[in-house]
Amino acid sequence: MKKDLTRQQYLDLYYYMLLNRAVEDTMVKLFRQNKIVGGLYSSLGQEAISVGSAYALEKKDWLAPMIRNIGALLVKGVPPRDVFMQHMAKYDSPTKGKDGTSHFGDLDNLHIVSPISMLGDLIPVMAGVAIAGRYLGQKIVAMTWIGDGGSSTGVFHEGLNFAATQKAPFVLILENNLWAYSTPVRRQVPLANLADRAKAYGIASYIVDGNDVVAMYKTAKVAVDRARAGEGPILIEAKSFRRMGHAQHDPAEYVPKEMRAYWEARDPILLYEKFLASEKILDAKEKKGIEDKIDALLQKERDFAENSPMPPAEFAAEGVYCTGDDCHKIQPKWERDKREVMPPKSSVTAVWTVEGFGAGKGSSGGMAPIHFGETPAAEEKAEIEEKLAPKSPQKTIVKKKSAKAAAVAAGSRKVRR
Amino acid sequence: MPEVNESKTNGSKTSNGSKAANGSKSVGGPVTFLEAIKQAMFEEMERDPAVVVIGEDVGVYGGAFKTSDGLLERFGWERVIDTPISESAIIGAACGMSYLGLRPICEMQFIDFIACCFNQLTNFVAKGHYLWNAPAPIVVRGPSGGGVHGGPFHSANPEMYFVHTPGLKVIYPSTPYDAKGLLKAAVRDNNPVLFFEHKFLYRRIKEELPTEDYTVPIGKAAVRREGRHLTILSYAAMMHTSLEAAEALAKEGIEAEVIDLRTLLPLDEETILKSVKKTNKVLVVHEDTKTGGIAGEIAAILCEKAFGDLDGPLMRVASLDTPVPYAPTLEDYFLPNAKKVFAAAKELAKY
Repeated sequence: MKKDLTRQQYLDLYYYMLLNRAVEDTMVKLFRQNKIVGGLYSSLGQEAISVGSAYALEKKDWLAPMIRNIGALLVKGVPPRDVFMQHMAKYDSPTKGKDGTSHFGDLDNLHIVSPISMLGDLIPVMAGVAIAGRYLGQKIVAMTWIGDGGSSTGVFHEGLNFAATQKAPFVLILENNLWAYSTPVRRQVPLANLADRAKAYGIASYIVDGNDVVAMYKTAKVAVDRARAGEGPILIEAKSFRRMGHAQHDPAEYVPKEMRAYWEARDPILLYEKFLASEKILDAKEKKGIEDKIDALLQKERDFAENSPMPPAEFAAEGVYCTGDDCHKIQPKWERDKREVMPPKSSVTAVWTVEGFGAGKGSSGGMAPIHFGETPAAEEKAEIEEKLAPKSPQKTIVKKKSAKAAAVAAGSRKVRR
Repeated sequence: MPEVNESKTNGSKTSNGSKAANGSKSVGGPVTFLEAIKQAMFEEMERDPAVVVIGEDVGVYGGAFKTSDGLLERFGWERVIDTPISESAIIGAACGMSYLGLRPICEMQFIDFIACCFNQLTNFVAKGHYLWNAPAPIVVRGPSGGGVHGGPFHSANPEMYFVHTPGLKVIYPSTPYDAKGLLKAAVRDNNPVLFFEHKFLYRRIKEELPTEDYTVPIGKAAVRREGRHLTILSYAAMMHTSLEAAEALAKEGIEAEVIDLRTLLPLDEETILKSVKKTNKVLVVHEDTKTGGIAGEIAAILCEKAFGDLDGPLMRVASLDTPVPYAPTLEDYFLPNAKKVFAAAKELAKY
C-alpha cells in the first residue's frame, strides 16, 4: 500500500469497514436471539470490496448491492437501522416488511436499486440506469456487484454484452470469493482469472486484491472515472474469500480448514490497521474513539429497530400497483436541453454505414414484406378476409396483393430463428 | 450525429401514407392495426422525450413487422435502440431506464420470445412496486397469435403466464382504434404493461381513427354487439371470429352479446357481470390453449359472484392443449373458428 490518499479518505475507509463488520456482528447476535426473520448472509472478510468500490462513487451515482454488499449501502448513506429492520421484517424498514436483507432501494435520494435473488439480473438493469443517465445528461456512473457463481448466468452475458455495445458508463465488480454456496470456483468457471471474461465483451478489466481496501478503492476510482469519461463498461475482478458459509445455516465444512486459516490471516481490517499504524495515520487512542463511536451508534440504531413494530397483516394486500401521480410522480431529471432529443435535432439518416463499404439503404417503408402472415394463396386469403371483415361500416378490408406479388414475397421470407 | 433537414426526413411517404413521420396527427383515411401501433408510438415519442423504443431490429430496419418504421429517422439513435438478441437485457435495461423516469417501449420481435425474459418480467419488473416502492413504467409489446402459419415458435399466445403475475397489466386489443388508444394509455401508465398485438389482424382490418390525441382506458371491456340470449366473451382475433359467429346465430334467432375484454389484467368484472345478469349464459372464446386460459378464471369469478344468474354451464371454445402446429391443416384444426363458436353457442342456447 502506497500512501497517496488524504488522511480523511484513509479514515473514512477504515470507519466504513469497521461499521460494516460491526453491523453484521450485531446481526449475528440478533439472529441467535431469533430476531432475524429469514436467513443471514455474511460478508466477513470481504468488507474491503464493498467499502472500497462504493467509496469511489459520487453522490449522484447509482449502485445496486448484492447480498454481501451491506458495506456499499453504508457508504452510500443507508443508516444501519434500515439494514437491521430489513432483516427483522419491521414496518419501518425500507420495504416495510415486504422483503428482507439487502433487498431494498431508494430511487429518489440515495440512488440505490434493489437486488432480487436471481443472480445477474441487476447487470442489464444497471446498464439501463447508466444509459438513461447518459441520455438525460446526468454524467452518472452505475455500479453493481456479481459473484464468481453469479457470473455463470445467462443474464450476466446478455447484460454485460449489451452494456458493452452501448458503451454504457457502468462498472461491474466481480467479487470472486472462491465459493458459490458449496461449489468451488473452478467448477463454476474454468478460468484462472475471471477478469478474462471482459475480453469477450471488448471491455477493459482489472484484477485487484479484494482484501486490500486501498487497492480496491483506487482501482474502482480509475474504473469509475474511465466509465464516466465515456470509455464504456469496466469489469473489476476482486479476489477474496467467503469466510462464512453461504448463510448462517451453513457451517461450510466443504471448505478445507487450511484454506480458511490462510484467508483469516489476510483479514482486510487487520491488514489495513497494520498499514494505518505503520503510516502513522491512526493511533490506538483514535482507533478506540472510532470503535466507541460505532458502538454508540449501533446501540441506538439497534434499539430503534427492535422497537419498530411488525407490519399490520392487511398491509400484505397493498401496493402491487402504482395508482398514478398521487402515488408516484414520475419525472426524469433533465440535465441537457430536451430539444436535442426531439425533432428536428434528433432526426438522422437511418442507415447502417459499414467501414470500407459505405452505407446501406434505409427502411423500405411501412408495407415492406414481413416474415409471413400475408402468405396464403390469393383465393384462400380472400376467403379469410371475407370471414374476418368487421361488420361496422367505418371499417374497410385491406386490399389483397396480387397472387404473383404474394408468391414472390413468400419466397423471400425466412423465419429468423 | 448529423442534423437532417426536417422536411427532407418527412418527405418520403409510402403508398398507404403509413410513414407516420409526416406528423403526430393521423393523416385521415382508414388505417391498419399495424399503422395504429406505429402512430401510437410516434405520437407518444413526439409528446414526451422520456419515451424511447428498444428492441431487436427496431431502428434502421423499422421492426420485423415495420411497426417502428420511420421512428429512428425522426427521433435518432438515442431514442430508438437496436439491441443484441438479448431479451433479458432488453427488459432489464428498460427497467433500469424507467428508474430514472424514462418510459421505454420494448419490442419483442415475436411475442414468443418473451419466454426468454420471463425472469426479468415476473421477478424484477413486476415485483418492484410492491416490494420497494419502485414503479417501472415500461411497455412490452409484440406480435402474437396464430392463424398465419408461423409455426410453434412464432404463433404464441402467452398472455396467461403474465395474467398470473401480480404487478403487471396485460392488454390484448382487437381493433386499430383500441390498439392505438390502449398503447398510448400503456405508455402513460406508471406500471409495467404487456401489450399483445395479434399479427393476424396487423393488415387485415382497417379503421378510421380520430385526428386528435385520445387514449382508451386500461381495464375496461367493450360491448361490441348487443344481445339478450347469451354472452360471448372474447378478445383479439377471436373477437372478430365471435362477431362472425354472432351474425350467423342471429339468422337462427339467437341474439348473442359479444364483449371484447381488451384488458385481461385487470379484468373488467363489472361489464362481464352486467351482461351475465342480462343473458344468463356465457361462452368464452379465446385463441390461447384451453387449460389455464382466461375462460377458467372467468368461470371461477362467475361461480363466486353470479352463480344465481347462470342458466347454463359456462362453455369454452379455445385452442387445443398442444403447441401451435405448423401445417395449415393442423393449425386450422388447432384453432377455434366461427363454426366451432357457432356450434358451442347453439348448444348453450338450449339451456
